[in-house]
Amino acid sequence: MREIGAPAAVVGALAQALLVALAAPLLVGLVRALKARLTGRRGPDPWQPYLDILKQLRKEAVISTTASWLFRLTPFVLVATMLVAATVVPVLVTRPALSFAGGIMLLMYLFMLGTFFLALAGLDSGSAFGGMGSSREVAVAALAEPTVMLAVFALALRTGTTNLGTVAERLGGEPALAAHPGHLLAFLAFFIVMLAETGRLPVDNPATHLELTMIHEAMILEYSGPYLAMIEWASAMKLFLYMTLLINLFVPWWIPTEVTGAGMLLGMLALAGKLVLLAVALAVLETAVAKLRLFRVPELLAGSFALALLSVASVVLLR
Amino acid sequence: MATSLHVLMALGGLTVGLLGFTGWMGDARALDVPWLVPLSGLSLRMDPLGGFFLLLVGATTVPSSIYAIGYARGARRGLGAYALFVLAMAVVPLAANVPTFLLAWELMALASYALVLTDDRDPAAVRAAWIYAVMTHAGFACLLSGMLLMTAWTGSLTFADWRAAATTLSEPARNLVFVLLALGFAGKAGVIPLHVWLPAAHPAAPSHVSALMSGVMIKLGVMGILRVGLEWLGVGPPWWGVVLMLAGTLSALGGVLYAAVEVDLKRLLAFSSIDNIGIILIAVGAGFVFHSTGLETLAIFALAAAFYHILNHAAFKALLFLGAGAVVHGAGTRDLEAMGGLIKRMPWTSAAFLVGALAIAALPPLNGFVSEWLTFQALLQNGRIPRPELNLVFMLALAGLALTGGLAVACFVRAFGIAFLALPRTEAAAGAQEAGPTMRAAMALLVVACATLALTPTLLLPPLGATAARLLGDAAPSSREDLLTIAVSGDFATLSMPVIAAALGLGLVLPFVLLRVGHAPSRIRYYETWNCGRLLQTSRMEYTATAFASPFRRVFDFLYRPERVVEIEAHGESRFFVRRMVYRNPTRSLVEDWLYAPLLGAVRAGTARVRAIQSGSANLYLIYVLAALLVLLVLA
Repeated sequence: MREIGAPAAVVGALAQALLVALAAPLLVGLVRALKARLTGRRGPDPWQPYLDILKQLRKEAVISTTASWLFRLTPFVLVATMLVAATVVPVLVTRPALSFAGGIMLLMYLFMLGTFFLALAGLDSGSAFGGMGSSREVAVAALAEPTVMLAVFALALRTGTTNLGTVAERLGGEPALAAHPGHLLAFLAFFIVMLAETGRLPVDNPATHLELTMIHEAMILEYSGPYLAMIEWASAMKLFLYMTLLINLFVPWWIPTEVTGAGMLLGMLALAGKLVLLAVALAVLETAVAKLRLFRVPELLAGSFALALLSVASVVLLR
Repeated sequence: MATSLHVLMALGGLTVGLLGFTGWMGDARALDVPWLVPLSGLSLRMDPLGGFFLLLVGATTVPSSIYAIGYARGARRGLGAYALFVLAMAVVPLAANVPTFLLAWELMALASYALVLTDDRDPAAVRAAWIYAVMTHAGFACLLSGMLLMTAWTGSLTFADWRAAATTLSEPARNLVFVLLALGFAGKAGVIPLHVWLPAAHPAAPSHVSALMSGVMIKLGVMGILRVGLEWLGVGPPWWGVVLMLAGTLSALGGVLYAAVEVDLKRLLAFSSIDNIGIILIAVGAGFVFHSTGLETLAIFALAAAFYHILNHAAFKALLFLGAGAVVHGAGTRDLEAMGGLIKRMPWTSAAFLVGALAIAALPPLNGFVSEWLTFQALLQNGRIPRPELNLVFMLALAGLALTGGLAVACFVRAFGIAFLALPRTEAAAGAQEAGPTMRAAMALLVVACATLALTPTLLLPPLGATAARLLGDAAPSSREDLLTIAVSGDFATLSMPVIAAALGLGLVLPFVLLRVGHAPSRIRYYETWNCGRLLQTSRMEYTATAFASPFRRVFDFLYRPERVVEIEAHGESRFFVRRMVYRNPTRSLVEDWLYAPLLGAVRAGTARVRAIQSGSANLYLIYVLAALLVLLVLA
């Protein structure tokens, strides 16, 4: 591991967290705009999420009299987990400031920490919708977990590490490593997990207005004002981080390993290009498929688990 | 008197814990009293492993006893049994020969049996105690036969002699001893399918005893497995480890799945103990496999992960049981469906329980995450074993462990959310009282323990690794890592808990400061929860514990075999006017239906046959005795 000074590390961490925080709403806006175009609507501007967040930040918050301090703490916890996660995922460079803190397991459990608090907040207001959303959210999150670990295992077997930065560097330096059926299968498995974990179709509909079909939206039904702004913003960061992770774990080309001006610029352009491609794929997928019935979701996740299992098996057997 | 005894127990626990700590750090001690125990005399030896478990016993006794001062409120019932229970648990890890060990083991079982029966007017407790007595003695029979076989084959009652002698034993003989002893110890550890006593017995005991039973007693079963497979029998074949890993995976998944649908808070915690024992066994089994395939460094790492989880589980499970006890005390019920809204009535208990729930759900920055991370990293490195069939076992354990982790989050969101949040569901819950000062102090102590264990893995791992190395018969590895970060096999993975905690703290404060600096209006209006325009918000509109677990019942219906019982009592005139409606959604236990029901049936059928020779005549019985004697004389 390269030694970097503590002040430089803190500055690097803050810079990357800031970038993720600022760019995340644009990605959400982009997917929404693309979906609108694909369904023949004009749709809002990609910058609309920023305006939404700013508007909510200025508004008054309505809080249920039933809710406790946990309800008010949750948005802060959620933002905190996403900010920390933003310093762990390779976004700008392969080894961001906190890449040594715990790797992919830390990342998954940070997301889980956010889910834990959000699910509690859903129960806190005492509404049936909140409880329903919480119950469904934790069920989906729990069932997605084994797939992640097996996909990570497949990558660890190929690259000899679970350190995100090292995985990206090894695959980036040796593209032949990626040319393996196990790699593709793990990518597909991880992609399905991303859909489930970030509440996209066909698992959850981010644009739904019917409480009974909601998962994520049902949990946050009681939130308003600045609290809602923070939750929306954290959800946008989660989508950004998951998509970046997917990109930089499986197609990690042109990510700079050193902090240099030209390299960083190329890296950012490459990342932006790859994110746009993935956003188009996501928008097309979300336009093409319908939401699954809730009790068909486990089948989808079982499918992704099977893909991950096949991926590991192919790596072990083709070694 | 009760108070002074509990104070004494807390002080005793402190002493025992400190003694254990010195032993764990390598201070060897010995105590022999030849006249005290028949056959060989009392013999105690302190080694690092024994010291580690002694520390566990002592450190958990301290908060449990402090808690008991307020919890038992001077009740004298069960005091002697409590003292005897702790004493027996302190002797077990140090026992150096067969009679001492078996005596202490049985004493521990009997004392805990008496404690399960503390409330002997409760039919559920009586039944639980009965199941516990049967299961623990079946386990004892396995231990006794295994140890006697070993004594006969090696010619020694002293454990220290077994290791050298074990290498001369034949393979089937070692396998037989391993299976017998592992079965006996696994029964005490509550490994599925030998777990049936655990979810019945642990909740029946008073909560501070439940904390000790779940936090410490079942770990002594794990200690037994470690001693058998690594110390007494030397290096075993890989299948020992494989069996342990598979049993661990089964226990982890089964335990958490039953915990996820349980509505009795203390039973839920008991099932979760089965889950955690499973996680520990997965790491132990991985250590066994690495050891038998010659990967000693990885074996030490896996065992250190298991030790870490043993410590962590003792801390957070004791915390959760004490919290559950405070709820039982305050709200007068163990039923999740009858709780709710306790966060406003019992703020201290709620906060403590929340910390415990976060820790057991393995969420950063608390201690459960550390041991879960270590276990995952130990498993992920199985690629270094060049045998696909073993890789497959590791893969199953990895997936099982990941699912367990996810389900544990769901389980404890449900436990905390339903019990403590929203509106109270009953009058009793609405009038709940906060726990007294000693009970709160005990919980605070355990919260501090969880936080300390979370932040200091870099300090704890070297001694844990040294203990594992001693157990494997190696010289202790003396690599001192840096204070901030744990590195696994070079660049394989790194973990830095203090940095995670600091970053999360900063992340928590940052948006708060930004909102203040940005002058975001902090206008807040309090209003009732939105409920589709209904007029009144009552607790009947809240999601129930049963409803919350519904997705799991649907997804894993092959395991739960849920039944839906709907009884509708309609008005006389029209069936559309419902007068009363009862909805029940019970789940069943596959193990009890498929294993124990046929087994008990067979035992009953067998005893019915044997009854033929029971005439009740004393003369006939004397003839039986004579006949048995003659047969034995002829055989001898």
